[in-house]
Amino acid sequence: MSTMSDDNKQDTVTIYVDDQPVEVPAGINLVEAVAVAGKEVPHYCYHPKLSVVGNCRMCLVEMGTPGRDRATGEPMLDEEGNPKIMWVPKPVIGCATNVSPGMHVKTESSLVKDCREGVMEFLLVNHPLDCPICDQAGECRLQEFATDYGRGYSRFVEQKNVKPKRTRIGPRVTLDDERCILCSRCIRFCEEVADDPVLGFIDRGSYTTLTTFPGKELDNNYSLNTVDICPVGALTSTDFRFKMRVWFLKETPSIDTESSVGCNTVVGSREGTIYRITPRRNDAVNDTWMPDSGRTLYRQVDADDRMTQYSIEGRPCAAEEALTLASTYLRNGRSAIVASGRLSVEEQYLLTRIASHAPGETPAWLVARHAEGDGKLLSADRNPNVRGALVTGLIDRIPEAQLSQLSAALESGKVENLIVVGEDITQAGISIDQIKKANVVYIGAVHCDTAQYAKVEIPLLTVFEKAGSFINQQFRVQKFAQAVPGPKGVLFGLSNFTQLLAAVSDGKDRIEPSPAAVWTEMAAAIDEFKELSFSAIPSTGQLIPADRFADLPFVEGKSLHFEPRTAVADA
Amino acid sequence: MATKVLERKPLSLAEQTYLPQILGGMKITLRNMFKPPVTLEYPDERPDIPEGYRGVPTLVKDPNGREKCVSCQLCEFVCPPRAIRITPGEIDAESDTAHVEKAPKEFEINMLRCIYCGFCQEVCPEEAIFLQDIFSLSGYSREELVYQKDKLYELGGTLPDQHYKWDRKREAELAGNPHH
Repeated sequence: MSTMSDDNKQDTVTIYVDDQPVEVPAGINLVEAVAVAGKEVPHYCYHPKLSVVGNCRMCLVEMGTPGRDRATGEPMLDEEGNPKIMWVPKPVIGCATNVSPGMHVKTESSLVKDCREGVMEFLLVNHPLDCPICDQAGECRLQEFATDYGRGYSRFVEQKNVKPKRTRIGPRVTLDDERCILCSRCIRFCEEVADDPVLGFIDRGSYTTLTTFPGKELDNNYSLNTVDICPVGALTSTDFRFKMRVWFLKETPSIDTESSVGCNTVVGSREGTIYRITPRRNDAVNDTWMPDSGRTLYRQVDADDRMTQYSIEGRPCAAEEALTLASTYLRNGRSAIVASGRLSVEEQYLLTRIASHAPGETPAWLVARHAEGDGKLLSADRNPNVRGALVTGLIDRIPEAQLSQLSAALESGKVENLIVVGEDITQAGISIDQIKKANVVYIGAVHCDTAQYAKVEIPLLTVFEKAGSFINQQFRVQKFAQAVPGPKGVLFGLSNFTQLLAAVSDGKDRIEPSPAAVWTEMAAAIDEFKELSFSAIPSTGQLIPADRFADLPFVEGKSLHFEPRTAVADA
Repeated sequence: MATKVLERKPLSLAEQTYLPQILGGMKITLRNMFKPPVTLEYPDERPDIPEGYRGVPTLVKDPNGREKCVSCQLCEFVCPPRAIRITPGEIDAESDTAHVEKAPKEFEINMLRCIYCGFCQEVCPEEAIFLQDIFSLSGYSREELVYQKDKLYELGGTLPDQHYKWDRKREAELAGNPHH
């Protein structure tokens, strides 16, 4: 791309955006470079994570480079001795023009303004007046650029084109062809990122229509990303269709709990109800994508089997009563813990603290959730936070799917009290008879067989109802924030764990039930977290040293932005 | 503190009889007896409501009986006292108005909250909500004054339409593309 020789290769180049010098990374295009300068080049088809096609023509700018004398190769200078700028006689598209040293760009000239007005007018010629019924309204680039760069009135009096509307092109995506502005982002996404090329254009000119290839469906697990990148309302999510206007949604940064990839997400909620989950850009983890399967996880908040009541042997009771009884169990007799890889780092750490106050050795297990990784954003480890349990010292080896050790210990009576957090151990090789043998305290978000036979039930908040952090497969600590309040009656935040800790330690070990307070404790106790605090973790996550766990046989294979340590995997 | 004693004048003979004052009063009474009344026998009589009056917000149908609201929720967004609450819904694909795709499943206006500002009417892109001439509301409970969709349509009735936007859209759909 760059014509510079290796000798004078630079990391940054200086360009002039509307005569203002700006230093930008070498090799980027003008859309990105002008953004560095704090200005905007409107664009539809360009997407930072897809190939450049340059078919929307919205990013037209004027561009010129310093001239060189053809005969001598010397830089051409004007009367004042400044480099003479050879302006390209026509506007160029910013997305397909890479920066070069000394390049000049005009983003606000009258020619550029005319170009944008013209392009907008052509795009709006056949665009239906669907905004009142269009789900994209409010986050629609066409709406935004029509206001910012459009002519402001319509000169079109003819009939608009008719194309298929309300078309199902896949199990999760609805297509409205009239709204399509033919940017081809979705086509490129399916081809380049999802490896499932099923979309294409048919017909010509203004009749061009986006459709699926004959007999094909847009049904891959990344199909809803096409909805996210669609600049208009042509591709819409069938699940979110007509549910809520986007301007009502409160956006909360969160993490996809499907697998150890830890896709960064945004949870859209209104008045305590979650309506959708969309990806959040993190160039080191998930770029701007996420799997479809992670977008429906919000349903666990209102699941039919959701547990919201503290109870002792099936009898509803107050939170304090249940936690006190749980602590009484823990302080008498040999205890064990079955934790979950779906708990946050803070919860896992508090479990280690609770275990430390119980008499004797308190072994802890995690239940493994292994499945085939898809090589993209679903890894083989479907627990989002196994590494958190390793780092906090809750466990010291890779978890297994069957709790055979625990089963034997329960059978022989070595374990009298069992704290089960967020897992149904009847699915992990523990029989109901074995559960009945011990004093089982079940802390979980859903009713299950374990809950049914547990002595004490304590409801747990889902990832959307609490703040905390996960450690993903890269050993990147990533924060998530609370999107909606928890169910009525359930103690907020980490209170279940901190109150249990206080009760077990006779009130001596007290920690505020906030992630920040737990992180202060963890920073002091855990080497990897030294000098870290909850507020200091950036929104894109913080890598921590992983040397301590280099020998563990993690199950993850290669995925986007992740390369497993093959030597370990082979060994 | 200095005080000033005011002189109280004695009443004249005419004033002492009180007759001129009574006659003056009778004159005014008599004059008004033969003038048309300035008050209304409310509630038996109702005032004429001027054009542009901002009464109770209502939902209207177009002359073909189609409900005009498409539940875009702009009124809900703009409403300063948050009196409006809409649950959007999808129009059944078999329906006559299937091409409109979207209609409110529920639409409620809390009349106890409404401040009659008229923003909802101003913002409505479908001309579906109008503050018409109803100015007097009463009810026995708070719930009763949260007007639901059917009540709002009953109050709103049908208003003339200048655009027939969706009918024209369907005509275009039926006609198809000229060269196709």
